[in-house]
Amino acid sequence: MSEVASQVAAEVPASRVETPFQRFRSEFFESKIATAALILLVTIVTLALLAPIITPQNPYDLGQVDVLDARLAPGEKAFAGYTMWLGSDGAGRDLYSAILYGLRISLSVGVTAGLIALVIGMAIGLLAAYIGGRTENIIMRIVDLQLSFPAALVALMLVAMLGKGIDKIVLALVVAQWAYYARTVRGTALVERRKEYVEAAQCLGLSNARIVFRHILPNCLAPLIVVGTVQTASAISLEATLSFLGVGLPQTEPSLGVLIANGFEYMLSGRYWISVFPGLALLFTVVSINLVGDQLRDVLNPRLKK
Amino acid sequence: MTATLEVSGLKTHFFTRAGVVKAVDGVDFSVARGEVMGLVGESGSGKSITGFSILGLIDPPGRIVEGSIRFNGTELASAPESQLQALRGNKIAMIFQDPMMTLNPVLRIDTQMIEAITAHEDVSKADAWARSRDALGLVGIPSPEERLRAYPHQLSGGMRQRVAIAIAFLNRPDLIIADEPTTALDVTIQAQIIHEAQKLTRQTGTAMIWITHDLAVVAGLADRISVMYAGRIVEQGGTDDVIDRPLHPYTIGLLGSVPTANSRGQRLYQIEGMTPNMLALPEGCAFAPRCRRASDACKTEPAIRDLAGRRIRCMHPQVETVET
Repeated sequence: MSEVASQVAAEVPASRVETPFQRFRSEFFESKIATAALILLVTIVTLALLAPIITPQNPYDLGQVDVLDARLAPGEKAFAGYTMWLGSDGAGRDLYSAILYGLRISLSVGVTAGLIALVIGMAIGLLAAYIGGRTENIIMRIVDLQLSFPAALVALMLVAMLGKGIDKIVLALVVAQWAYYARTVRGTALVERRKEYVEAAQCLGLSNARIVFRHILPNCLAPLIVVGTVQTASAISLEATLSFLGVGLPQTEPSLGVLIANGFEYMLSGRYWISVFPGLALLFTVVSINLVGDQLRDVLNPRLKK
Repeated sequence: MTATLEVSGLKTHFFTRAGVVKAVDGVDFSVARGEVMGLVGESGSGKSITGFSILGLIDPPGRIVEGSIRFNGTELASAPESQLQALRGNKIAMIFQDPMMTLNPVLRIDTQMIEAITAHEDVSKADAWARSRDALGLVGIPSPEERLRAYPHQLSGGMRQRVAIAIAFLNRPDLIIADEPTTALDVTIQAQIIHEAQKLTRQTGTAMIWITHDLAVVAGLADRISVMYAGRIVEQGGTDDVIDRPLHPYTIGLLGSVPTANSRGQRLYQIEGMTPNMLALPEGCAFAPRCRRASDACKTEPAIRDLAGRRIRCMHPQVETVET
């Protein structure tokens, strides 16, 4: 018997014990596209974070914005002496600076809304799956009802009622998106709670809260991470949509959507850059998040494994 | 010897839309300290439900409708959930069939073992860790420190079942319910696991209920055997009596269908028919329609009675085997 035991021991040398995270990491970087998307995303986030250091102008500081610089084409020199590589908008803001500052707002609104919606949706979904019965029915019918409206419409109605401002738009995005998380978590949790390890945990006399949060929840994380990335990307574009329509963020806090809307009126006069460059920034951000999300889905879904 | 567990007249019924399923319908048995009782039966005979009833883990639409479960003198059948939760994993532990499924795949072994201890006792993490390591050593796992850091998927099936047994013994339980713990393992590992379980019950004085459909497993392990059919115990007695001189036609059939070295080249015995539909049990003896010895007398329900040193529920037991 000890012979068998030592054989088994030899099978798994301690040094090669791979944590799930290490395996996940090596599988993620197998795809070149996903790797490129992740690098792009990290670059975008870093640029946005470093905006006050690397931009020549603070577009929110009216003292630094000169109306004489308005509508300069890409590459022209500003009155203050620096080159506006991406041109300037109708108010004389350097677009390169405005885009990076706008990214800060867009990203933080998207990520904040995404995280709050994730926590709320996750809690509600878990609750529904674990309690079951009538509570579950009521919760899931509310989710169905909400998901039958387009998220943009729900958010638009809420913002129209609440007014402008970052806090209000975050609230609107959370209300528009929590249901996706709730449905995802409930689906996985229903499968997980039927598994034997839950029964075994009950047989160990663990409390319900412990079983739900320590045992079931970690097993539901994979689909949650995937939905989380995709929904964050959609929160960012949703915010841009609302801002573009003029019901999102105010002019004093220009997100990418506001910048695009500002340049829209100049499109026909050939000053394409005011709308196009913020639009490209938005496009790259959303596409890179979605590509990363796609790869996460492929890596985390055991059914798609070769 | 005082009995650790005494079950009498236990009835667990499931109230489904199609009717009442009497999964467990009047089961009596007792298990003493250090004793292993084999609970044998086909799939659907109610043996697992009996185990879950003891733990109080019957989910609606099922419920214990009658009977008493006395554990160390305390009545469990009517005990509140909080009391049962304190017992589960502590004084009564369970081992499941599939070790692949019963360990949480995303938690490390140490996390799961420490959790099992701290759920019932106020001990430091370091103490709980040391106890987990000793428990793994006890079930014959080499270099337990390393195994503690592993995830379940890094261990083989036999290893995982050893971990499950170690977890069951962690809090020095008085009773362990093992639900087909060796069914998912290959035969050599099966033998090792049975050996470990037997050794541990002897050492610790833990009582054990070993639920299985495999008579060969309990023959070498159990002190006493209870054979279940359609929610009832049909034969109960010492292992040697039941295995060597079975009285109930069902036990005889089960034993006859085990392939042995002597039956090489011959057709295996087969119990005719199928397990009965639990929603429409035949009147009287549930086994009668499949029984070779059945007569009109079997139309009435046979009572359980004592015969040749054991308890049996049959109108026409095969007494010839005892007398000869």
